[in-house]
Amino acid sequence: MADELVVKELERVVVRFSGDSGDGMQLAGNIFSNLSAVLGNDISTFPDYPAEIRAPQGTISGVSGFQVHIGAKKVFTSGDKCDVLVAMNPAALKTNAKYLTPQSIIIIDADSFTKKDLEKALFVTDDPFKELGLSQQVIDAPITSMCKESLKESGLDNKAAIRCKNMFALGLVCWLFNRPLDYAMHMLQEKFAKKPTIADANIKVLTDGYNYGHNTHASVSTYIVESKGEKEKGFYTDVNGNLATSYGLVAAAEKAGLQLFLGSYPITPATDILHNLAKFKELGVITVQCEDEISGACSAIGASFAGNLAVTTTSGPGVCLKSEAINLAVIAELPLVIVNVQRGGPSTGMPTKSEQTDLLQAVYGRNGESPLVVIAATSPTNCFDSAYMAAKIALEHMTPVMLLTDGYIANGSAAWKIPSLKDYPEIKPNYVTKEMQEGWKPYVRNTISQVRYWAVPGMEGFMHRVGGLEKDYVTSAISTDPDNHQRMTITRQAKIDYIANCIPDIEIQGDKDADLLVVGWGGTYGHLYSAVEKCHEEGKKVALAHFQYINPLPKNTEEVLKGFKKIVVVEQNLGQFAGLLRMKIPGLDICQLNRVKGQPFNVTRLVEEFTKLMEGM
Amino acid sequence: MSEQLYTAKDFKSDQYVRWCPGCGDHALLNSLHKAMAGLGIAPHMTAVISGIGCSSRLPYYMNTYGFHTIHGRAAAIATGVKVANPELTVWQISGDGDGLAIGGNHFIHALRRNVNINIVLLNNRIYGLTKGQYSPTSPRGFVSKSSPYGTVEDPFRPAELAFGARGRFFGRCVDVDAACSIEVLTASAKHKGASVVEVLQNCVIFNDGCHNAVATKEGRAKNAIYLKHGEPMLFGENNEKGLMQEGFGLKVVTLGENGITEKDILVHNAHCEDNTLHMKLALMEGPDFPIALGVIRDVESPSYDECVYAQIEEVRAKKPARTLEDFLLSGDKWEIK
Repeated sequence: MADELVVKELERVVVRFSGDSGDGMQLAGNIFSNLSAVLGNDISTFPDYPAEIRAPQGTISGVSGFQVHIGAKKVFTSGDKCDVLVAMNPAALKTNAKYLTPQSIIIIDADSFTKKDLEKALFVTDDPFKELGLSQQVIDAPITSMCKESLKESGLDNKAAIRCKNMFALGLVCWLFNRPLDYAMHMLQEKFAKKPTIADANIKVLTDGYNYGHNTHASVSTYIVESKGEKEKGFYTDVNGNLATSYGLVAAAEKAGLQLFLGSYPITPATDILHNLAKFKELGVITVQCEDEISGACSAIGASFAGNLAVTTTSGPGVCLKSEAINLAVIAELPLVIVNVQRGGPSTGMPTKSEQTDLLQAVYGRNGESPLVVIAATSPTNCFDSAYMAAKIALEHMTPVMLLTDGYIANGSAAWKIPSLKDYPEIKPNYVTKEMQEGWKPYVRNTISQVRYWAVPGMEGFMHRVGGLEKDYVTSAISTDPDNHQRMTITRQAKIDYIANCIPDIEIQGDKDADLLVVGWGGTYGHLYSAVEKCHEEGKKVALAHFQYINPLPKNTEEVLKGFKKIVVVEQNLGQFAGLLRMKIPGLDICQLNRVKGQPFNVTRLVEEFTKLMEGM
Repeated sequence: MSEQLYTAKDFKSDQYVRWCPGCGDHALLNSLHKAMAGLGIAPHMTAVISGIGCSSRLPYYMNTYGFHTIHGRAAAIATGVKVANPELTVWQISGDGDGLAIGGNHFIHALRRNVNINIVLLNNRIYGLTKGQYSPTSPRGFVSKSSPYGTVEDPFRPAELAFGARGRFFGRCVDVDAACSIEVLTASAKHKGASVVEVLQNCVIFNDGCHNAVATKEGRAKNAIYLKHGEPMLFGENNEKGLMQEGFGLKVVTLGENGITEKDILVHNAHCEDNTLHMKLALMEGPDFPIALGVIRDVESPSYDECVYAQIEEVRAKKPARTLEDFLLSGDKWEIK
């Protein structure tokens, strides 16, 4: 069949690895995306996995997926539909059928499509393809049995051998995309450095999978995604959002000359930040795994009081528990970074799925008038800059800063140019100076920024007491004086409002005279940008204003938004940012586009919806 | 001993002390000022962290660094302060409600971790600031505003909770008993690791007389035993009584009766790793037994904060990266030329 082989050159391609949660799909996907990045492609990934560690084998609830979008040029999302679906069992095929296009290629493990397997996935006939109405090209490779065959002389037992089947699938995909295996082998050697037998087994199966594709020339087209050399020169590494957040915090501590302290309690999908930072001992990072979320925030506040760059990381339910402590940092005016990796709510909700439903919790979710800064990272790599800026603002303005990321960008990865810290702005906390000692009080402020001066315990001559009770504006003693409380409340708000002068203006991407302005914030940037681009390519006049700074808003926000006839705020909640904008900027005519499915937006759908909105004008 | 570097006055702030007249907190505050002066640690190297409640106002009356935080969280915040800067001497001031009810979780975990902080637990067995509800140390049947027919629950006994959480220092004193308070507070500060001092404190308004048996000098002479490491466990107005072991428990004996001499009396060993006897001593109650005061348990072991930094040094000895850039460039990367 060799003559039927066509090698297609593609701009971009989406591959989805899917199987049981124990099948190693995340690893296979990760390796594939990394080796594509090494070859110069741009990548964006989306791990989509269940909350259960091992849901019942072969069932729909246990399906774990890893999607990677690779592109010759820049890619902004992990892709709507997949060009290649690896389905290790019928449940994976069923769950992911909706992501297929008529041109997709499906790779299945023929060994796991027995009658029993089909029943587990609730198929009623013995032809799952027909039942799902699929007519795509299928590579049905007996992956399990070939994997066993491949390792029969390895000394591994049956169970251990079968666990390598993800590598057979990866080998097949590598063949399909003409990917050399060297880097994948290197990664496996690194991963299993302490278990050489396992490393060898995985490499053997990977190679056999590749050769299987090559030898049988399984009657499908293979692809090449060339890199189009647009990337800036330099060293690159692959990061997901949680890793980039971790690096951003370390970078800020380094730049500020402070010790980084993390107080945290494990919670999906934020836990990886704790894992990452716990590793950076050589960089002097301190991590305390606390007894609960409250203690995570409180120990960080204690560390902040003692002069560290203090951080607590969590997800929505954890923020609920921390909110009283966050308020203490508001009134004591201490720097604190709170990272909320948002997930599906309310309550325990959908821990492994992504949403933007904690926006108003971040801005308002505390008792009293309790203003703090809210920043929302826009992509996996932007988590670095956002975390850096969160720390900078917290330290320089003596305030808690809530950094919102979400499950999608936290787990999604992209190629990231290793930055040079000299290109990043200085971080200069508002410390007391020796000359201030005479008559200094802890709530003495800079008259312009309203920031109080920071005297760190251990400094002679600056002993002071702060706390959760209202203090006198002048003497810093406890006060319940009515006028004083009004003055302090207004001052705390003014301090946060002033920060609008220290953040970049909102920029409009696309046509300045567009018929429709798309407004988004945080982790949906890639999808909104891609959708707006696509509209643009289709000749429609659409622009995008994507917010990274939520509170305070960039100071040109009103002016910019008022320049457009029609505005649609697109977010993964029921309209929280739209509501906030309406309140802050009266008179705006805003439409909403809201989705709370726990899944990323679909670019094609967005384009359709934007088009419809414009037609309705 | 050389001349003291500091006096109690160096640790007093200029704030007017607002506790009720006759409140046990006044006396304890004075003892704490004196203990701090005696320790010779500078006020600017001292941080006093409290939660919420009457006693938690204490940091405002100290001329040190101080943080009056939120209800129950003092132990968690003190942990952050100490780990962030181990050079500081960190005191935590909590009441029985703050430390053992809303803050019970942080209390046990601070002890388990053995963070080098000095926890002063002012136990008046009542909620004062919210005006008279029973607390987790109020005895069963205690009548209060929130238990008009008496409580139907058993109290925590702080020592038992502390030992259950692997506490390695436990001392006890009576608010008005300055000499013992200063001694125990000083020992708690010198102890490396988490220490708990239970202060039997009187609430003159809502629970007056809650520690009546030991509230006066005469009462203590009769009803208390001052434990001192290495000394026989003698008590009584003329040191005529003592403690001996009997089976798995303790018994009170009188010297001279049944041929008992001082040699038969137990000698206090605060440094004993096994806490069985410490527990027995700490849980003694009248009228059959004396109430134990002084340092009941004082066993050294590595503190959490010390271990955190030791681990960083250990890793640093093996890994050269000191900046993020070094770290990133020495990891997995590729170059676009």
